[in-house]
Amino acid sequence: MAAPGEDGGGERFDRVLIANRGEIARRIVRTLHRMGLGSVAVYAGGDRDAPHVAEADVAVRLGAAPEAYLDPQAVIAAARAAGAGAIHPGYGFLAENAAFAERCAAAGLVFVGPPPEALRRLGDKVAAKALAAELGVPVIDGFATAGLEPPAIGRRAEELGYPLLVKAAAGGGGTGMRRVAAAAELDGALAAAAREAESAFGDGALLIERLLDAPRHVEVQILADAGGRVLHLFERDCSLQRRHQKIVEECPSPAVDAPLRRRLGAAAVALARAVGYAGAGTVEFLLQGDGSFFFLEMNPRLQVEHPVTEAVTGLDLVRLQIEIAQGLPLPFDQDDLELDGHAIEARLYAEDPARDFLPAGGTLALWAEPELPGLRVDAGVERGAEIGPHYDPLLAKVIAWGRHREEARRRLRRGLAQLAAGGIATNRDLLLALIDHDAFRRGDVDVAFLERHPPAELLAAEDDADWAAHAVAAALYLCHRRRQRPGPLPAGIPPGWRNNPWRPQEQIFEHRAGRLVVRYRASAADRFSCEVTATQPGGEGAGEARTIAARLLAADAGGELIAELDGVRRRFRLGLAGRRLAVHGDGRVCELMRVPRFPSRRAPALAGGCAAPMTGKVTAVLVAPGDRVAAGTPLVAIEAMKMEHQLASPIDGVVDAVRVAAGQMVDPDEVLVVVTPEPETTGEPGAGQRSPGAG
Amino acid sequence: MQVLPTHVDVRSATYARNRDYFLARLEELERALAEVNAAGGSKYVERHRRRGKLLARERLELLLDRDAPFLEIGALAAWGTDFALGASVICGVGVVSGVECVVVANEPTIKGGSINPYGQRKVARAMEICRDNRLPMINLTESGGADLPHQAELFVPGGGMFRELTRRSAEGIPTICLVFGSSTAGGAYIPGMSDYVVMVKEGARVFLGGPPLVKMAIHEESSEEELGGAEMHSRVSGVSDYLAEDELDALRLGREIVAQLGWRKLGPPPSAAAEEPRYDVEELLGIASADVRQPFEVREVIARLVDGSRFHEFKATYGTTLVTGFARLHGYAVGVVANNGVIFSESAQKGAQFIQLCNQLDRPILFLQNVTGFMVGRRYEERGIIKDGAKMINAVSNSTVPHLTVMIGASYGAGNYAMSGRAYKPRFLFTWPNHKIAVMGPEQLAGVLSIVRRQAAERAGVPFDEARDERLRRAVEKQIENESYAFYASGQLWDDGIIDPRDTRTVLGLALSAVHSAPVAGTARYGVFRM
Repeated sequence: MAAPGEDGGGERFDRVLIANRGEIARRIVRTLHRMGLGSVAVYAGGDRDAPHVAEADVAVRLGAAPEAYLDPQAVIAAARAAGAGAIHPGYGFLAENAAFAERCAAAGLVFVGPPPEALRRLGDKVAAKALAAELGVPVIDGFATAGLEPPAIGRRAEELGYPLLVKAAAGGGGTGMRRVAAAAELDGALAAAAREAESAFGDGALLIERLLDAPRHVEVQILADAGGRVLHLFERDCSLQRRHQKIVEECPSPAVDAPLRRRLGAAAVALARAVGYAGAGTVEFLLQGDGSFFFLEMNPRLQVEHPVTEAVTGLDLVRLQIEIAQGLPLPFDQDDLELDGHAIEARLYAEDPARDFLPAGGTLALWAEPELPGLRVDAGVERGAEIGPHYDPLLAKVIAWGRHREEARRRLRRGLAQLAAGGIATNRDLLLALIDHDAFRRGDVDVAFLERHPPAELLAAEDDADWAAHAVAAALYLCHRRRQRPGPLPAGIPPGWRNNPWRPQEQIFEHRAGRLVVRYRASAADRFSCEVTATQPGGEGAGEARTIAARLLAADAGGELIAELDGVRRRFRLGLAGRRLAVHGDGRVCELMRVPRFPSRRAPALAGGCAAPMTGKVTAVLVAPGDRVAAGTPLVAIEAMKMEHQLASPIDGVVDAVRVAAGQMVDPDEVLVVVTPEPETTGEPGAGQRSPGAG
Repeated sequence: MQVLPTHVDVRSATYARNRDYFLARLEELERALAEVNAAGGSKYVERHRRRGKLLARERLELLLDRDAPFLEIGALAAWGTDFALGASVICGVGVVSGVECVVVANEPTIKGGSINPYGQRKVARAMEICRDNRLPMINLTESGGADLPHQAELFVPGGGMFRELTRRSAEGIPTICLVFGSSTAGGAYIPGMSDYVVMVKEGARVFLGGPPLVKMAIHEESSEEELGGAEMHSRVSGVSDYLAEDELDALRLGREIVAQLGWRKLGPPPSAAAEEPRYDVEELLGIASADVRQPFEVREVIARLVDGSRFHEFKATYGTTLVTGFARLHGYAVGVVANNGVIFSESAQKGAQFIQLCNQLDRPILFLQNVTGFMVGRRYEERGIIKDGAKMINAVSNSTVPHLTVMIGASYGAGNYAMSGRAYKPRFLFTWPNHKIAVMGPEQLAGVLSIVRRQAAERAGVPFDEARDERLRRAVEKQIENESYAFYASGQLWDDGIIDPRDTRTVLGLALSAVHSAPVAGTARYGVFRM
């Protein structure tokens, strides 16, 4: 390894390939450019116009299939083609692939990450756990299923005691993780977890562990340089999780005091040392109320939530990763590091919390990032992005820093409120509800918080919201757009003008809570008197009409609209994609569907058809024609966004047709299985009623 | 261009009186329009709905582009007659698929949409608008045909409609007919003569003779559907070009047909960006006189109609009772000819000259009529007021640029003619509710008749009955007053409708836009000017 130069090193490479996509690729590009280094992006399947491609100096296409991001050979060839001297893997994809790290070295490329040997040792969770135990770090009881027959697994599980946790031995995050409450659920959970693990990591090996009672997830960021110096950058608290995936993270943890911090830090540093670690890594623990903690795993890479650590330490972890890869020593000691203030990150996902976190696909019609003091937004998307089923549904991370936790929380709240995302379902409102929740304000949450407080409870207030202003903004925007189009009339004619006024102009929207009907009359080109009526789905129960006097002050092609509504000047952001219209205003996003004046004459939906809820890949067909099914019986398993979803029969009946096979890609609303209701049991036809010879 | 100054005193008693008068008349207008819009009344409207049909105005609204304006024509047709107000047909100019079109919709909830003499005149006027301004026409047809008790008034002129349809077609102005219901006997030629025909399944009934007539004539038993249903006409006879699943589908098809016309306006687009007037249009209600015998400054009106209140006045110091000049309206350059008092020889000469200038420039002319007539009296006759009036009428008659006329007060005598009254074929003619129209004022007319009676009595040597004369005089005055009333005039289709003065700028913008669908070209050919 070359000795560091006076000028801060950098002789070994001046161009780095980022073997990743989305927000992390963009974030790495930013640091590379800040360091004066060149950047090489790679892309595959549908990412040609992605922002990470546009922002890098050069970009190389890996292949058509999204899986190309996982192809070590293609990535190394790309690095060669673009003249990169190093590869930063980001997180996910090839980040923890020891063989890839070795191939980089063999190709003369610097792998920005730990040595392959460390990757290998940490990648085997069973071995990592054993190592931790050896080092005196507490671990959770459990066993690996590899090599065990189902009865043996059952016995060992029984010994451990339910509830249990099933998880993938390889990989990280919540993939393949299943909570098992009782023995009866074990087989199903093992099968599903194995499928997910196999699909995500190419390795179906599983671990079973005792499930702790409402622990917090606390992890320690460590940094190790090639000279063997290992430091920790304090802890992060990632207790707010859904489906075992972190959604809100903060630094420092409200549950960790200085002595505990030292103990956690020491344990993490000891582990990193023991495997000869170099680079940035994270040691994860579960922390119980009594201060006891257990080693979970060590992630030998940059974490999604690393920005909260950056915010409170003032460090750039990617820069440090690169400097370490360049052979430079860490430029500070443990004692130089101080916690400054508090930072909280919220992960914005394309998913619908109200529908069991179903990943959402479609066009991101509305996207505008807030620019506020103390706020950082690491986004992987731009307005108009097509969100497909192939990649992680993370849209952006919103990170707020404050002098104290409450200031960080308030800033995050404001940032999330001002973040305009729409056109597809996002978890934005859930994030807002979470950080507003008393328990979170108190810093008193654990990994099971969302199981105890499901989205339906947290989002209840939103359903009663009054959307009249948003609906008016939507109608004005559509009116404005229509008037912007070249037309035969002078622009000064008020919209919908009549010398014999009859009914006002009408714009109908479908909304989650029913229909919103906006009726308006314009007295001048920019002045409208509007009336909004909300009705229940089906048009019944028309609510009281709300009248709003509106004045359109400004509207632009980017979807920003400023209007005075009943004397209050308000700003909205709107995004349109097909019939969908997302309206952001006053910190809330209203998702609307325009009801066309002339309904399309498509054939009515097939009776009894069970349609795919989203774009995805069929992983298993669980029924065959002729099968009797009860309402709720799983029919088909679909994998989308790296998660498995089951399509259940809506009725009791008989499977009439199965229209898909495992491995097939399906589109939303595509009918996969047809179930017909069980025929009414009828008596035998009376013999006398049939005339002889008939039939 | 100069910005016109204003001297309106909004606190004056006259202003308040005028405004009160206008607001009362506008309320009357609103009530009358409400009656028009109630169509056949709740009983017939509900029956129509129960048949799963859309109301005529619902059809119209769905046909028009969202947020598009609609300039209704002859909304108060048949006012003061025994026929339904509005004459059971809706006509106007609107935008369909981005194209300005004339739309005619039968009102099927009034006597089954049958056509009465006023309705026929209203439709004839709509057709004239199509022809003169080169606007496609869309018929939303559902009519029981001629109102038979009135056939004598309808039959002969009615034939002209079909001629008109095909003549327009020959000129390249298409007619699209969406048949929602009955269109039978002579009415069958409305789709028959149209360029594009859409028929609604199970709705359209198009035949020359219905089942009873067929039975009487040739002893054939047949159903209405067999004789003239949409399926038959779309699959067998070819009278229909498009088979619509339902009414919505027909309207959608109608919109698509217009969209594919690839229609291009042949007149020039607005030559400048529009600028709102500097002064409040609201003030028009206090400016115009409630009593048309009271003159008012027409420049105050112009200042509230034209872009930026800017007016380039022509010949300001000559013939001052006629104001002439150039301005822009919604960006369109126009000439303005406006009365500011009785017409003298000089005013008439100035008018004739200015009309020629507008023709030289291919510039549309806006006439603002508030005229009690040409000056009378020995001195004026000697100076040839007839000659000068004839010059202006000659210029107006032969002018080929589009004329738009707004009656903002009196319209009496030959002043009506010289200022492009109805008979002089302005492309559009609207009136304000204070408007009065007659050969002369009611007092003058009654007084003239009284003088004639007195002279006759003198010649006959019989005593003159003063009391009887007073009664007759008052009766005549009353009759003329009624007949010159704006609502009556509009009911007679002497204009295209009464408008709220505050809407004048918008109405003129729409009218100007419509006239520019046709080429705008002036002339250098006039009759012999009597010098």
